[in-house]
Amino acid sequence: MAQQVFAYIIHKDGVADDTATELIAAAGKLDPDARVTAVVAGAGSEIDSVCNEVACSFAEVWKIHTPVLAYVTAEVLRPMLVRILPKHGNVLVPHDHFGMDLAPGLSIKLDAVYLPDAVDFEGVDNGKLKAVREEYTGQVSTHVLSDISEGAVITVRPGSFKADETNSGEGNIIDKTAQAIEGGVPGGTCRFIEIVEAEVGDVDITKSDILVSVGRGIEDEDNLEMIHELAKAMGGDVSCSRPIVDAKWLEKSRQVGTSGQTVKPKVYMALGISGAFQHVGGLKGSPFVIAINKNPRAPIFQVADVGIVDDILDFIPELTERINDLKG
Amino acid sequence: MEILVCVKRVPDPSENEIEVNRDGTDIARDDLVYSVNEWDNYAVEEAIQIRDRLGGSVTVVSVGDEEAEEVVRREMAMGADKGILLSDDAFEGSDGRGIAAILTAQVKRGNYDLILTGTQADDGAAQVGGMLAAMLDWPFASLVNFIEVVDDKKIKVGREIAGGNQEMYEIDLPCVLSIQTGINEPRYVSIRGIRKVTSLEIPVHTAGDLGVSPESVGEAGAKTKCIDYFMPEPGDGAQILEGSTEEIIDKLIELLKAKGGIK
Repeated sequence: MAQQVFAYIIHKDGVADDTATELIAAAGKLDPDARVTAVVAGAGSEIDSVCNEVACSFAEVWKIHTPVLAYVTAEVLRPMLVRILPKHGNVLVPHDHFGMDLAPGLSIKLDAVYLPDAVDFEGVDNGKLKAVREEYTGQVSTHVLSDISEGAVITVRPGSFKADETNSGEGNIIDKTAQAIEGGVPGGTCRFIEIVEAEVGDVDITKSDILVSVGRGIEDEDNLEMIHELAKAMGGDVSCSRPIVDAKWLEKSRQVGTSGQTVKPKVYMALGISGAFQHVGGLKGSPFVIAINKNPRAPIFQVADVGIVDDILDFIPELTERINDLKG
Repeated sequence: MEILVCVKRVPDPSENEIEVNRDGTDIARDDLVYSVNEWDNYAVEEAIQIRDRLGGSVTVVSVGDEEAEEVVRREMAMGADKGILLSDDAFEGSDGRGIAAILTAQVKRGNYDLILTGTQADDGAAQVGGMLAAMLDWPFASLVNFIEVVDDKKIKVGREIAGGNQEMYEIDLPCVLSIQTGINEPRYVSIRGIRKVTSLEIPVHTAGDLGVSPESVGEAGAKTKCIDYFMPEPGDGAQILEGSTEEIIDKLIELLKAKGGIK
């Protein structure tokens, strides 16, 4: 029996996020006959344009429209979703910073199974979904089995399901606001104050054509000098992955990834970077990626065009010297 | 401020290359070096800094077997006041919900103002903190990269969102926060520091002590089960350059020139 499938729509400035159509593709893999309902929450005229947009690709759209959702926060939205979602539904949420805040608690409140960060679905048998996840930052994959017959909250990794553009919707928008706010507006114990914008650094890596990017494999702050020297020889800028910023060796503005900068260089050197999906998610515009890592199984080799299996601490100084010789 | 920090013992990502075992039932666990989950270590450091500013105590708790005791002790050497191990055969094979249910029982036994967890651990699920908060009906924030205690009723919290931006919240206590790496610089633990806490007793609480029914947790209660492990498909994969270092550099420089990688 087909279950109701819901997709939570992330949106910004009146436009639905790319994950919206990815969730349709995911729902299709969950159940080819599913009538997928988009759930859109927000305020003002923006939410209407989002609803109209997604109505073209979803069977139905549920709208929650109230001023307190002018900036949507998980603590305010979660109780509203619990009020409107039926028991035993399957709810798909993008596994991003918002989904991570919203979804685990939502599964508890709906008394539904929780399946986090799915990257693929391999069919449902007897109410049990077989899904693919990754562990150890993508070093190994696992099959997990979840009994979704009595409801599930599933977070889906952004970019994992190829958006299905052929799907056409019926454009039926249903206003669920009254039910969502029945009994009062929730979230009084967690009050959103403001967004603090990222600090602007000395170099804008989003504008660089050549990025020499360094990760955990550099081992020590003193070794960063060789990265700067290579970048100088190549005429590029230095960027990095998260552990380098966590260690305070480079400023946050140089971090590539979903929580840092989205970059679109022509050439991207990933040096001692394992290639977690959060990092790779910051690479756009199909750069030519060269990965150097001593671990031949590092996930970065799956996204790189060219790979070199070596210790960057040995390889980089030789490379820099050769490039400098070349340039005379 | 009474703070409880939930920690997990995991294979150390900086010390191990993770592979699948021969029959695909697990990762290969022989010769793995274990440590405290990196995110949890930042959470403990944050708790210690809050206590040092405002007083109170920091308790570190872990759900696991007797081997998990070593990470609890390590975090005590860092400066946590107390350690607790939640251990029972019935807990084995718990999914995220099971772990959250066990921790909920412990939280209800105490008088905590603030619960910290790491944002995620080795399985990348990022689930226990949010579930724990929902079970307790306490407010929750994930990906926390800033905490400032306003008074004994509320705190100011920063969350890391996309593009290096940050959401700021004011949250009432008690609450649950999942900590992101980079929020602080965790202190180094010396051998001497560990020696100082070797003889301290770490109480062990079982399912019975906690009033947790064994069938609701562990393998019996798990609704999401890992059935096998496999190495990811290589996909298109990178063209791996081979040969001597000199030959590799020759090839690489040609490629860099062709692709505009040398200015």
